[in-house]
Amino acid sequence: MQRFARLLDQLYFTSGTKAKTQLLLNYLREAPDPDRGWAIAALSGDLRFDLFKRPLIKELITERVDPFLFDLSYDYVGELSETVAHLWPSPDANSRPEDQKLPPLHEIVEGFRESTRAQTRERLSHLLDIMTPNQRWALLKLGTRGLRIGISERFLKKVLAEFGGVPVEAVERVWHGVEAPYPELLAWLDGEGPEPDVSDQVVFHPVMLSHPLDDKALEEIEGESWQAEWKLDGIRVQWVSQDSGCALFSRTGEDISHSFPDLSEALHPNDAVLDGELLVMHEGEPGSFNELQQRLNKKKPARALMRRLPVGICIYDALRLGSDDLTGLPLSVRRQRLSEWFKGNVEDSVQGHRLTLSPLLTFDDAASLKALREQAPQAGPYIEGLMLKRKDSLYVPGRPKGQWYKWKRDPRLIDAVMMYAQRGHGKRSSYYSDYTFGLWQDDRLLPVGKAYSGFTDEELKKLDRWVRNNSMGRFGPVREVEKALVLEVAFDAVQSSSRHKSGLALRFPRINRIRWDKPADEADQLSTLAAMLPAET
Amino acid sequence: MQVRPEGLYCVPADAYIDPLRPVERAIITHGHADHARPGHGQVYATPATLDIMAARYGEGHARETHALPYGEKTELRECTLWLAPAGHILGSAQAVLEYGGTRLIAAGDYKRATDATCEPFQVVPCDVFITEATFALPVFSHPPLATAVQEYLDTVRQLPDRCHLMGVYALGKCQRILMALKEAGYPHPVYLHGALIALCELYEKHGLDLGEWAPVKDVPVEELRGKIVLAPPSALADRWSRKLPDVMTAMASGWMQIRARARQRRAEIPLVVSDHADWGELLQTIDDIQPGEVWVTHGREEALVHELSKQGVRAKALSLLGYEDEDAD
Ligand SMILES: [Zn+2]
Repeated sequence: MQRFARLLDQLYFTSGTKAKTQLLLNYLREAPDPDRGWAIAALSGDLRFDLFKRPLIKELITERVDPFLFDLSYDYVGELSETVAHLWPSPDANSRPEDQKLPPLHEIVEGFRESTRAQTRERLSHLLDIMTPNQRWALLKLGTRGLRIGISERFLKKVLAEFGGVPVEAVERVWHGVEAPYPELLAWLDGEGPEPDVSDQVVFHPVMLSHPLDDKALEEIEGESWQAEWKLDGIRVQWVSQDSGCALFSRTGEDISHSFPDLSEALHPNDAVLDGELLVMHEGEPGSFNELQQRLNKKKPARALMRRLPVGICIYDALRLGSDDLTGLPLSVRRQRLSEWFKGNVEDSVQGHRLTLSPLLTFDDAASLKALREQAPQAGPYIEGLMLKRKDSLYVPGRPKGQWYKWKRDPRLIDAVMMYAQRGHGKRSSYYSDYTFGLWQDDRLLPVGKAYSGFTDEELKKLDRWVRNNSMGRFGPVREVEKALVLEVAFDAVQSSSRHKSGLALRFPRINRIRWDKPADEADQLSTLAAMLPAET
Repeated sequence: MQVRPEGLYCVPADAYIDPLRPVERAIITHGHADHARPGHGQVYATPATLDIMAARYGEGHARETHALPYGEKTELRECTLWLAPAGHILGSAQAVLEYGGTRLIAAGDYKRATDATCEPFQVVPCDVFITEATFALPVFSHPPLATAVQEYLDTVRQLPDRCHLMGVYALGKCQRILMALKEAGYPHPVYLHGALIALCELYEKHGLDLGEWAPVKDVPVEELRGKIVLAPPSALADRWSRKLPDVMTAMASGWMQIRARARQRRAEIPLVVSDHADWGELLQTIDDIQPGEVWVTHGREEALVHELSKQGVRAKALSLLGYEDEDAD
């Protein structure tokens, strides 16, 4: 436990993903099993049970500390675990028996899991008694699954891949088939065992991603060897269905099935792995992104909501149909097979309300492609540009060069990451409504602006809740948040600025959309914004 | 005693203690900028405090100065004034005022933990003890300096390719850290930001051995890898620090115990080092002195007054404004 507590402390204070990666790699090399596995579960958010609940912590501390002093302290520190970590009275050092050593991490996790209520209470107060304040903080954060130390599941998968010397896609492929404390996964990454066999389990297949289109690439594109489709304004998903079960994954491999039971009910079993866009779908007709937002991040969506806003998938690719793996075939063949499968299995069936095929657009050259892009706004509110894919492209996980491009309609949009949130003014003063956002430079985020408009009251409430649940620290009216939420920011122009450390400033930035679905490390680079600077005259 | 806009005023002595604005007669407890301000008529303070004020504001910072070594008495109108060590920084003092058989002490900033750069706090029995409350919450418990410095040196040794930059306040913290590094056997010179040098030289003139140090600008940048550089907190985030190679940032302050404060300072290594009494030291001090009454000045006075009242000690908050949470200079 000492080692894990120290790791959390270091990760909490270290900035920069390179340094964090190094700390994690050192831990993975040095820590014993099964501690390593439990640490991975805790850090990735894959720990599936609370060791104890917050009310128990409050109960224990109020038995030990004057309630008025506790309130003042809590108010000052701003966070329960840290307040308790410092306030917990250390028992007299002389009366502490020698044998009360701190148990290893796995004993703590497993011990709590097997405990009755009374034992949990006993166990927790005993551990807090023999711990230092920093260790107490780590235990309380671990136990309530409230670790906010700037580590995402995706980042951790990357570290695991680096640790094992395997591609990150390989880790993503097996991730949903293994369970904490991951003995097979770690043996494989240590080079001491085979890759875990997950063939009979419903797992995520890492997806293929596109690059933004640049002028040079545009010149090469013609209708003979390239396929064009609308770029849809929904959420990229992967539908996996087979005899043993089904799941809907976000494109980072997060299982989001629980939010969309209506979809699973309608589609399962259709025995396929499909790549597509999740949309609200009224009898096969796509709804708006705003409608879709109401369906996101709902743990248990209400029946009425699902009836009013049913979701479906606009399919653009297939990784598996029946027992045939298609990823090694060119896109043109995959598309052909997908169309046949769709005709035979979906069209004219009940699934037809939930599934559509992404239409292929015809064009000759760059000029007609430009014309198509101009049409995009009229083609539908749910269309945000064009997707261009080489017809001979194999389905390669990751972001292979020169295969797929996205060409957005409006260039004055950037995907930024929320860094700080501040309370608003007037009737918004009880909400965190002003957001400072940043773009990536190497592995650091640099702030480029602040936005406090562009969202609905409903969204403001959701953002406010998100800020409170993902707060890393508080100073005065400002909270620093976990760097995990992507905001699509619209702006009128970009200017150079000596006031911002990034050297850039936006005119009239406002939040265009909240990208709950997008991983933070896929937000835009500072260089993307710099490229939008007007040429110097 | 009265609380006036200028600060705490002692009527029978016709003098203010650490006034915020220029006044005719001031008793200055110590040299931190929020306590020692320029432009007074007469200033009563320890010789070291007067030196610090002269170094910062020039010799003409007051019309008239009265150097009072610890324990030496002087008459102020109907009062007797003498100064007792407060253990906060070099020259820091408690102002002891005696009048008509009553003794009142304005302690200024103080601490009880050991500090090689100044005389330890002296327990003086009194009727009224006026205390600060900067860290007056039970969450504050400052570890021994030697432990914090030892842990820091372990990190420095583990990361020999990084330049270890530590934010320290120029007066007190900087010199205390220098002496602690020397005590811990750190084998290299410590490199100092230009803004820290004058006060270090002043400490040395007062006979304190700060160990080996050198101005950072005298060393080739690459030689700073694996070495410790001290700078004022404001320099941590600005242009100046960007020329250092692969910086690892630490910050030494009592506030570093609170995580959000440490992150706000962008400290990758928070060093909990305080020149103020923590919760335990505050209560210990009042228990040692057993004053008839406690008045609480700046900080988290609500918590301290609550706790003392619970213990049966008469206590009230003076709610003085204008004193900083940090010795921000
Ligand atoms: Zn001070």
